[in-house]
Formats: sequence, C-alpha cells, structure tokens
Amino acid sequence: MTQKLIIIGAGMATGRALEQLIETAPDAYDVTLFNAEPRGNYNRIMLSPVLSGDKTYAEIVTHSAEWYEENGVTCRFGERVANVDRDRKVVVAENGDELPYDKLMFGTGSNPFIIPMPGHDLDGVIAYRDLEDTELMMSMGDSNKVVVIGGGLLGLEAAAGMAARGVDVTVVHIMGHLMERQLDEAAGYLLRKALVDKGITVRCQANSKQILGENGKVRALQLDDGTELPCDLLVMAVGIRPNVKLAQDIGLAVGKGIHVDDQMLTSDPDILAVGECVEHDGAIFGLVAPLYDQAKVAAKTLLDEPATFVQKEISTKLKVTGCDLFSAGDFAEGEDREDIVFRDPARGVYRRLVLQNNTIIGAVMYGDTADSNWFFGLIKDATDVSDMRETLIFGPAYQGGTPMDPLAAVAALPDDAEICGCNGISKGQIVAAINAGADTLDAVKATSKAGSSCGSCVGLVTQVLGITLGDDFKMPEIETICKCSDLSHDDVRKLIIAKELKSIPQIMQELDWTSPGGCHVCRPALNYYLVCAWPGEEVDDGKSRFINERVHANIQKDGTYSVVPRMLGGITTPDELRAIADAADKFNVPTVKVTGGQRIDLLGIKKEDLPAIWYDLGEAGMMSGQAYAKGLRTVKTCVGTDHCRFGTQDSTGLGIKIESAMWGAWSPHKFKLAVSGCPRNCAESTCKDLGIICVDSGYQILVGGAAGLDLLEAEMLVTVATEQEAIDVSCAFYQLYREGAQYLHRPYKWIAKVGLDWVKEQIVDDPENCAALAERFRYSQQFYQVDPWAERARKGVDAHEFTPLADFTKVAAE
Amino acid sequence: MTDFIDIGSVTDIPVQGARLVRTQHGDIAIFHTASGKFYAVDEYLPGKAGPLSNGIQHGEKVTDPMRNWVFDLATGEAQGADEGCVGTYEMKVEEGRLLLSRDAIANQVAAE
Ligand SMILES: Cc1cc2nc3c(=O)[nH]c(=O)nc-3n(C[C@H](O)[C@H](O)[C@H](O)COP(=O)(O)OP(=O)(O)OC[C@H]3O[C@@H](n4cnc5c(N)ncnc54)[C@H](O)[C@@H]3O)c2cc1C
Ligand code: HEM
Ligand code: SF4
Ligand code: FES
Repeated sequence: MTQKLIIIGAGMATGRALEQLIETAPDAYDVTLFNAEPRGNYNRIMLSPVLSGDKTYAEIVTHSAEWYEENGVTCRFGERVANVDRDRKVVVAENGDELPYDKLMFGTGSNPFIIPMPGHDLDGVIAYRDLEDTELMMSMGDSNKVVVIGGGLLGLEAAAGMAARGVDVTVVHIMGHLMERQLDEAAGYLLRKALVDKGITVRCQANSKQILGENGKVRALQLDDGTELPCDLLVMAVGIRPNVKLAQDIGLAVGKGIHVDDQMLTSDPDILAVGECVEHDGAIFGLVAPLYDQAKVAAKTLLDEPATFVQKEISTKLKVTGCDLFSAGDFAEGEDREDIVFRDPARGVYRRLVLQNNTIIGAVMYGDTADSNWFFGLIKDATDVSDMRETLIFGPAYQGGTPMDPLAAVAALPDDAEICGCNGISKGQIVAAINAGADTLDAVKATSKAGSSCGSCVGLVTQVLGITLGDDFKMPEIETICKCSDLSHDDVRKLIIAKELKSIPQIMQELDWTSPGGCHVCRPALNYYLVCAWPGEEVDDGKSRFINERVHANIQKDGTYSVVPRMLGGITTPDELRAIADAADKFNVPTVKVTGGQRIDLLGIKKEDLPAIWYDLGEAGMMSGQAYAKGLRTVKTCVGTDHCRFGTQDSTGLGIKIESAMWGAWSPHKFKLAVSGCPRNCAESTCKDLGIICVDSGYQILVGGAAGLDLLEAEMLVTVATEQEAIDVSCAFYQLYREGAQYLHRPYKWIAKVGLDWVKEQIVDDPENCAALAERFRYSQQFYQVDPWAERARKGVDAHEFTPLADFTKVAAE
Repeated sequence: MTDFIDIGSVTDIPVQGARLVRTQHGDIAIFHTASGKFYAVDEYLPGKAGPLSNGIQHGEKVTDPMRNWVFDLATGEAQGADEGCVGTYEMKVEEGRLLLSRDAIANQVAAE
C-alpha cells in the first residue's frame, strides 16, 4: 500500500527532496504539500535578479503547477499547517481539515529576524525573504528613498537591486565594515567603494534607535546619534532564525533548530526535517549547498535506504550584484598564522590568504575571483603549500612563473600625475626624459629637473625609472615606511596627494600594503599624512593615534594622566591661577608643577576625571595646551619691552600672536617656539624648532634648533622688519615642515635632509610661495583650532574613552 | 557550561578601540578588532605591560602604549623577543550584545 507523506513548506530543501524521491520511487508515497506562501517551489536565491529586473518571477519557478500535477503531488498552497497530532498521526490545516500521515517532513525554512525597536510594526517595514517582499521593493522608483538595515549579503543584494532601479538607497550597518563575517576590512573597503559608485549611501558603525512613522506608515529611521534618514520603505536584513515554532509546539526536540540525526530524522522517527529549520550536530544552515545534501539523505531515509548526512567546509562565492567576492575558511589573524596579501590597485583587486602550518586555512578575494576554486581546493585538502609559497597568491597560472610587479602602485599612476612638486614635473614628463635617453637618476634630475630640489620625490622618480626601463634598471634599496609597505614615507605622502587618497584602508589598498590592516608604526604616520593633506575632510582616525593624542592628555607611568592648560606666550592671570588651584584641590591632584614650557602641569589625574577637570578649566577660559601632541606645543617668551630695559620689541605680544595663530596644529613631531626680546635670549630661542630674537631693526628668525638628546643651535633663516612678516614667515616655515617632513622627524632632522638652502629658497627667495604656504596653513587651521578638551568635556566626543564599559567592583557577589 | 554576563552592545566599542570592564580583581580590557571580533584581556601585566586598552589595536593584536610590546589578543602572548602573557577571558557576541564569561568577574567576587 502506498504510504502517505505530508510535507510542510514548499521550499528549496523540500523541493529537492521531492525530486529525489519521485525520481527513485515515483509510487512509494502519496504526497501532500503545504506551503504558507501562495505558490510552489521557486529559486529563492534568484529573487535578487528579479529585484534588479534581470529576471522575471516566471523564470525562477522551480516546480510549475504542471510538474506537481504530473507527479501526483497534492498542493495546498497559501495554507499553513496549524497543528500536528503525533499520537493520532494527523496534520491539522489552518481551515481545520485533518489529514492522516505515515511520514511527515518539516521544511519550514527560516524567519527573518526583525529587531524589536520602536516602530518595527509600521507599514512599510519589511524583511527580504519572499516574493511579496521583492515585489514591494520593485514598486520603488527614482523618486523613492529606501533605508536598508544590515550590511550583510542579503541587505546589500536588496540595496544593489533597488539602486539599479534608480532608488535612493542608504545602507545602515552596525559594524565597522560591510559583510564583516565574510570579508576583512580591506575587501570591505573595496566593496563599499563599488556600492558608493552605484550611488548607494553606506553608513557603517551606525546604530539604529527607532523607526519613525506618520499615519501608521514608515517615515524615517532614526540613528542613536539623532540623525534621521527619511524613507518610504525600510528593509531589515539583519539575520534569520530557523522557523521552529510548529515543531516546538508539538514537542519535537528543538535547540537553535529542529534537532535531526544523520538520517534527517527528528526526535520522532516518523518525522523528518530538512533545510534551514534544522540543527544538525550543533550547526544550523543558511546556504543551499548543504540543504541539497540533506534533501538527498532525507529521500533515501524515506525509502529505507542507508544514507548519512555529513557537514562539509563551506566556501561562499558571494555575488552582490556586480561585485566579485569570495571568502572561505577562517581569516582572523593569529599568532601562528601568516598572511599573504596581494593588491592590484589599478584593477581594484585584493587577495588575502591566511596560512597556518604551511596550509591555507582561509582566503578572501575581491575583484578577481577567477582562481577561487583552486584556492578552495587547497583549503579543503589541507595541501602543503610550502613549495609554491613565493607565487602562491598569484594563482595557478603563475605556479613556476614570474612574480608580479612590485611597483604596481606607481605603474597605475596616470601620466599627468605630479611626481615632483618643487618643479611641477609629471610622471609623463619623466617618462619622456627617460625615453629620450636619461637612464640614471642623475640624468633624469639633470634633464627633467625632477628630484633636483628638496629630493623628497626621488623614491618615486626611481620607481618610474624602474617601470620604464624594466630589467635594465637596478632599483636601489630604500628605507620603507614600515614592514607593511615597499614605499618610503616621501613616496606615500606624494601618492596620497596624487591619487587623492582619503582614508587609511584606501591608502592600504591603493598603495599595495602587504599587511591587511597596517601596524602601530604605519598607522599613526598615515593618519598624520591624511590630516595634513586633507584639512576639513574628516579624515582623522583617532584609533590610529598614540594614546596621548587620542585622549588629549599625557599618560604617566602609573597609568594616570597629566593636564597642561594652554597659557599663550607663558602669560597667565590670577583668575586662571585660582581656577587651576581650585581644580587641583577638587580633584586631589598630587603634583602641581611648573613646566619647562612656561605653564603649569597638573599630574596624577585619573582617566575618568579628565572630562570633569577640563570642564572646570574651560569654565575659567582655559583650553588644552596640547602638551601631548605631535603638534604645536608652546611659544615661550621673555618679558620684552613691556618691562625689560634691554627689550627691543614686544616679545611677549609677538609670542602670544604666534601661539594664537598656531595652536591646535598637528605636525610630524612636536614643534616648540620661543621669542626673546633681545640677543640676551632669555627665552632660549636659539635651541627651538623656531626661535625669534628681536633686534632694533626687526626680527631674526632661527630654525632647526634642538635641546633634547641632540643639542643643536638653531640657524638663521631670515631677518624681517615687521611683526606681521615674522608671523607669516613662522607660519610658512611650519607649513613647509608639516607638508614635507617624515612622521616623527623634528625640524632639525628634516632640514638635515632637504638642506637649509632649499628651505631658504622656498621661503625667503620666493615670497609668493611663502605667502601660499602661510595661506595653506591658515586654511588648515580653521579646521584644527578646535579645543579638544571642550569637545570632550562639553559635547561628549569620544565619551567611550573615559568611561568603563561595565563596572562590577561595586556589585555584591551574585 | 560557561555562564555569560551581558556587558554592553557591540556599538559601545568603536572598531579598533577598547573599553574597560572593572572587576574587584582588576580591570579587563575589551577590544573590538577590524575583523569584527571581540577579545577580553587583562588591562595590566604587572611590571611588564599596560594599560593595554590605551594601546594601538591592529590586526588581532595590541601594542602596549608604554613599552611597545605587542600582544596577541587571542592568546595573550607577547610577540617577538618579548616574553610575557596577559590573562585572557572567554567572551562572545549574541544578537549585538557582548557577553563576557562570568568567571572573569564572579570567581573573584565570590572568593572574597
Ligand atoms: C534573497 C535571497 C538570496 C539568497 N541567496 C543565496 C545564495 O546566493 N546562495 C545560497 O546558497 N543561499 C542563498 N539564499 C538562502 C537560500 O535561499 C535558503 O538557504 C533556502 O531557500 C532555504 O531553503 P528551505 O527549504 O530550508 O526554506 P525556504 O526556501 O525558505 O522554504 C520554506 C517554506 O516553508 C513555508 N512554511 C513555513 N512554515 C510553514 C507552515 N507552518 N505551513 C506551511 N508552510 C510553511 C514558507 O512559507 C516557505 O515557503 C538566499 C536567500 C534569499 C532570501
Ligand atoms: C615621553 C617622553 C616625554 C615626556 C612625557 C615629556 C614631557 C614634557 C612636558 C610635559 C613638558 C612641558 C611642556 C609644556 O609645557 O608643554 C616638557 C618640556 C620639554 N621637553 Fe619633554 N617630554 C618627553 C620627551 C622629550 C624629549 C624626547 C625631548 C627632547 C628631544 C624633550 C625636551 C623637552 C624640552 C626641551 C622641554 C622644555 C621646553 C622649553 O623649555 O621650552 N622632551 N616635556
Ligand atoms: S631677552 Fe632681552 S628683552 Fe627679553 S628679558 Fe632677556 S634681556 Fe630682556
Ligand atoms: S618634490 Fe621633487 S625635488 Fe622636491
């Protein structure tokens, strides 16, 4: 006698099981198929092409009405199974019909997770799971705005599909980069770039607070920083949960999913389960490949044939419409793991392999995934790759072949990219000079002038020589920025400008970084170079700064901090001193010291107290003295003509004016100044980065002094007649140093490299250039003259730095 | 089975940042790496390193702000020539919440 099989859910997993069953034993079962969706089995994966308009629904139907009819399947579509009576072995449909079964199969799939935030039940808040959701998204057009919560695979598919229809889409993602579970930061950056190119707005690290509505319909999403993102439709794609409600209600064993054994049997031997609703050996499933394996096993089990379901390593070749992505295995860094990274900035390609014990355990690829199967094979088989290590990353085609060009970043520059800023020489002009016979660096310098001035472009000029001449040219060794890159500091700075690079992940991708995310050596340097190159463009990344600059105070050896308020020119008032004294009392400051920079240091302050003490000092009109900064520190002064009988000019006043113009600026290293009222030099101007000595005829400006581990006397740059000129030249010099010196070089080191004569040429001999430098400095200062203490004490900036995440010291033992 | 305690949301710690969990036996630094992982390690290795939450976080490592030692966040081991190991604690993320092993805080509390 034919047995009765009832299937709950006409999805991809049960669909495959049904095919297997009918193919092997068409008459074994009399099948009834329930489906809550008002249709049969279709290829859910292809909903995205339907959304983008590349396919129609009819094209993605897996089983048509005719197929069900031919195979004798009784369809009850649009009907949910309401209950199962296991004792009587009957299924109860929504309309009350009772159907007896011999075998029952669950394939109820998953439910999209809806974050229970206020407004989640408004009209126009949907998930992305079925045809109804897809149709709603397809009804959006170029006059609509849609917000997608979730920067994982589904959310991005939804966003890309709607963007293809001209919809204004914003993706809101809680983590730091897109698809963080499958991609590392660099690949996430490339993906983001590709999506932005499609017109999609991407907001990472954005926490949704509530959904705002109007007349019961969604109006906007509000983030927890208060931003409102208006929208006509809100798609939530933040994950799925196995749909286990019915199974649970009828008492089957359920954990995260419906428990099944290796034969796909649930805790009731007459009930099977397949698909996303199951949990097998602790794992749940979200991709179709393992579901198809389950379906085969389930069909065999139904026919009493032996079969065993085995979980396999899953690689994902991810297809976000128009972006090539691949990830497989485990790609977190670890102590015993090594990375091999390959980037081809010109083609937007990124590849990373993670190796452990000479085998590949993880791979991430973006842009060119042609070799992904080969890599996946090596992961799966745990192949020993020690023999091919050198060329492994280039894929199978290169095994035994030649390695790639290490100069890719420079090769990718367009001909009109400026290489030598001093002389205004482009890459094309250098190539022309080389082709005309200049085959050494000196010859190029002589004929094109590139590299003949400050010399900071020599690294790039050499690379252009290398690219143009190929093997005929031997590249000299250069000192690289750190072990993550083949480029020197100077090269990196120039390329940041030439290629308009504006974030650290972008630099790392476009300039071929060999580590996935940089290190503590290159990150602070890159951050400074961005801050200097792109004032006003919000490029500063606090997490790439050393602790003192991150929290705007100097860390002390016991982990407490010191606080030094600014005293312009070393001048203070009784009110300021009273406020400092009050703060010292209030916060029990153990040490109050007069610094070498003519101001007062409060030492031994707890990190949590910093914003509060800053608040009090701010109330008295004081701001950060930036005694912690690689940036402007102090301008020491003497009392000058106001009080001293030797004084020739108002040294105190000039010091105050210079410090007022310069405070807040960041630079490669700290920058200290002094202004003395006469050559007796009471402010010690002759050992400063920039010192001014007032004389009867005007102001002598000295640069490049040092009084630290090295002791150096500052050298005369120029003598100027007026106070204004003194200020302008000081700003111009500071800017020249800011733009040119390598990170962590004090001015004297930089001058030793470029030569004082060159500095004079730029500033003294070229008044126009001097004015332009001063102007660039002033432009930049509009963005950096913001008191960081006030922002933290009053506006709550970086509050996470100053408060613990959780405090269990006070709770009693539980 | 390990028992976990909720210490906050994944968005409470910026990427490549760290926050402290204060306990009666000392501070624990919780790190959030660019790969989206979270780690819990002791803030100090007495006499050798810390406060680690103030260091620069890169890869799955952190560089000590005082002496530039680099520690692996997963194992707590100092890298390279330096020798030392900071304590690490089990933690996990569920539905956007950060969960720290209760042992990290409770054992010591109970021991008092
Ligand atoms: C847009 C999109 C893109 C995707 N892309 C990919 C991809 O590229 N690669 C990949 O591997 N996977 C992809 N997936 C995942 C894949 O589609 C699923 O893993 C697969 O569909 C799961 O199959 P299933 O049979 O378990 O569940 P489903 O296909 O979801 O079927 C379950 C069915 O059961 C019905 N049902 C539930 N409860 C009841 C009840 N009580 N009574 C009657 N019927 C009920 C539901 O209505 C549903 O139709 C994608 C998913 C989506 C939504
Ligand atoms: C971590 C190491 C250091 C700490 C914590 C530190 C701290 C300080 C502080 C707080 C001041 C007072 C500055 C002010 O008022 O703004 C100061 C002044 C000074 N520091 Fe340092 N410093 C350090 C390293 C150095 C180094 C490496 C040098 C030399 C290259 C140096 C040379 C000076 C000089 C010369 C002054 C006095 C400035 C003046 O008289 O104009 N310091 N230092
Ligand atoms: S530097 Fe000259 S003007 Fe200034 S205090 Fe000393 S002696 Fe007086
Ligand atoms: S930039 Fe080429 S010599 Fe200065």
